[in-house]
Amino acid sequence: MSSKSERATQVLVEQIDAPIASYFTSCVHCGMCADACLFYNETGDPRYTPIYKLKPMRKVWQQEFTLMGRLMKMLGLSKPITDEELKEWETLVYDGCTLCGKCSTVCPMGNDLVYMLRKMREGMVAAGYAPDGLKGAMTRAINLGSPMGVTLKTLQAQITRTEKETGLTIPIDVKGAEYMLLLSSAEIAQFYEIIGAAARIFKQAGVSWTLCSEAFEGTNTGIQIGASDLAAELIERIVAGAEKLKVKAVISPECGHAYTALRWEGPNLIGRPYPFKVIHILELLEELRLQGKLKTKGMEEQRLTFHDPCQLVRRGGVIDPPRNLLKQVASNFVEMTEHGMHNWCCGGGGGVSANERAHPLKAKVFDVKKRQLDELSVTTIVTACSNCRNMLDEGLEDHNMDIEVVSLTETIAEHLDES
Amino acid sequence: MSEVELLNWLRSTGLHISIAIFVIGLVFRVVQNLLIGADKNLAAPRGSKMGPGLATIVRRSFFHPHMTYRGYFTLIAGYLFHLGFLITLFFLSQHIILFESILGFGWPALPPAVIDVTAILGIAALIAVLIHRLIDPVLKQISDYQDYLAWVLTMFPLATGFLLMHPMGASYSVVLSLHILSFELLIIAIPFTKLSHMLSIFISRWYNGAMAGYKGIKQ
Ligand code: SF4
Ligand code: SF4
Repeated sequence: MSSKSERATQVLVEQIDAPIASYFTSCVHCGMCADACLFYNETGDPRYTPIYKLKPMRKVWQQEFTLMGRLMKMLGLSKPITDEELKEWETLVYDGCTLCGKCSTVCPMGNDLVYMLRKMREGMVAAGYAPDGLKGAMTRAINLGSPMGVTLKTLQAQITRTEKETGLTIPIDVKGAEYMLLLSSAEIAQFYEIIGAAARIFKQAGVSWTLCSEAFEGTNTGIQIGASDLAAELIERIVAGAEKLKVKAVISPECGHAYTALRWEGPNLIGRPYPFKVIHILELLEELRLQGKLKTKGMEEQRLTFHDPCQLVRRGGVIDPPRNLLKQVASNFVEMTEHGMHNWCCGGGGGVSANERAHPLKAKVFDVKKRQLDELSVTTIVTACSNCRNMLDEGLEDHNMDIEVVSLTETIAEHLDES
Repeated sequence: MSEVELLNWLRSTGLHISIAIFVIGLVFRVVQNLLIGADKNLAAPRGSKMGPGLATIVRRSFFHPHMTYRGYFTLIAGYLFHLGFLITLFFLSQHIILFESILGFGWPALPPAVIDVTAILGIAALIAVLIHRLIDPVLKQISDYQDYLAWVLTMFPLATGFLLMHPMGASYSVVLSLHILSFELLIIAIPFTKLSHMLSIFISRWYNGAMAGYKGIKQ
């Protein structure tokens, strides 16, 4: 065994907890998880079966945690994992998995496969087996504060632009504000209109909020590549910013993985609970709606649908708010056959969008989304994740489909009754 | 050891040893998994763990609307096999006499004609899942030696039991010895193979449901 595969083994052993040991124990190799995976479905390649993607981790579990496995290892009948194996699995685990979690909803044994895949990536990256594209994004996130290299300067330029366009002051570094808003790099770089949209909604509803110059980026490449230490560092920056400004809550932006990172993984990554609340922007809008503070007028009349960001909906639990909000401003809202918990991923989650090597595969698995959309013949897709937006735009363009992709928050803002 | 002595040993001491290994081994396996522990979740909960955990134990037993042919085949063949096997195991009069001698109480048996049906059902379903495993590309990709070992170990007691009820010329006591021996091998193997899913399935489903419940994910 080389030092690399030894390192992977060591980290994988550390990752195996009671749930994972129980999951591997329970697996009867029925193959039902394959049908939930967009990569298996769209390519027909059985290597994309979720449980198969976990094979090296399963091997480590067998050899280190089970009697049969130890025996086989002693007798030389089962060999330790090798570098070649890890190299092969790098493409299965990163290029061929968006951490969408659909597999976790179908296993008859109840196995939470994506929980295992997320932990398996810890072992892969610790041994150096991760895609260069994702490694680059990770380095930029740590060194520059953004996986796309977006800096405070860029944000400041977009703030100035927004202030000119809306006539509103965009609060930054306001101590004692109730909420601190985070953004994703893609929002700052490409979809800056979201800043104005949030500002107008918050003004109407009387929400006290601020941006933070030291913590404005909410995405987390660490949880995608599987480096908990780096993921924790990114979370610590946000915690420090929120503590400095003494806000009561941090608003997670329209980005799926940012939500999972901040809301569900964050406190566990840094090893302590937050002194503030984390709320997704859609959850906040839903609260405002229920309090009657979200007044809108007029309706979108074109046929439109909602694309569920996996980390927000299936893995995050924010299922109803986007639908309730959308219904307030859209009269012709139709659901895809498989939606909510059962939605198909856009194909670019889990770091796939940052991994150029995976892009041809990503384009292929978009076919499932295309079929879903063809069934509906909508003219607009509303979603709540800037990464999904980019992935949908690319996929639609590839197929010459004339469908507009928009943000839910922006859609709400367009219908704001400011009179 | 004569044929009769062997049979008697298998029926008493052999059986007791295998049951002990089965029960202790299986409980040990599951407890050992649990003892690895998991970090306390420090994220603020949105929902509870217990209710959704228990609900998931029940819910994952059902068909769900987005299943493909593989799902339907697996669940239907799986259910038929488990039903056939368990009814045969627990409701054949000869088996009940044995249970009574161990537990001190018995229950009414099903008529042999019914047991014939359940045994054949079990055997047929088992053959169907083996064929499926051998031809389905996904199953071929993910199967390992344990999947086939478990199949042989499960098939043997069913087949020998069927032979006992429908003698085809072989010596009764030899077939009976083989039947008991194969059953004992099966239950001894359970704690050491994927067959331990018979207990760990509840733990796995609970963990999955509890984690989702904690996050307030409505299923
Ligand atoms: S669906 Fe569950 S039991 Fe079946 S192969 Fe996948 S992980 Fe194993
Ligand atoms: S998380 Fe999604 S992409 Fe990854 S294996 Fe499961 S179903 Fe496939």
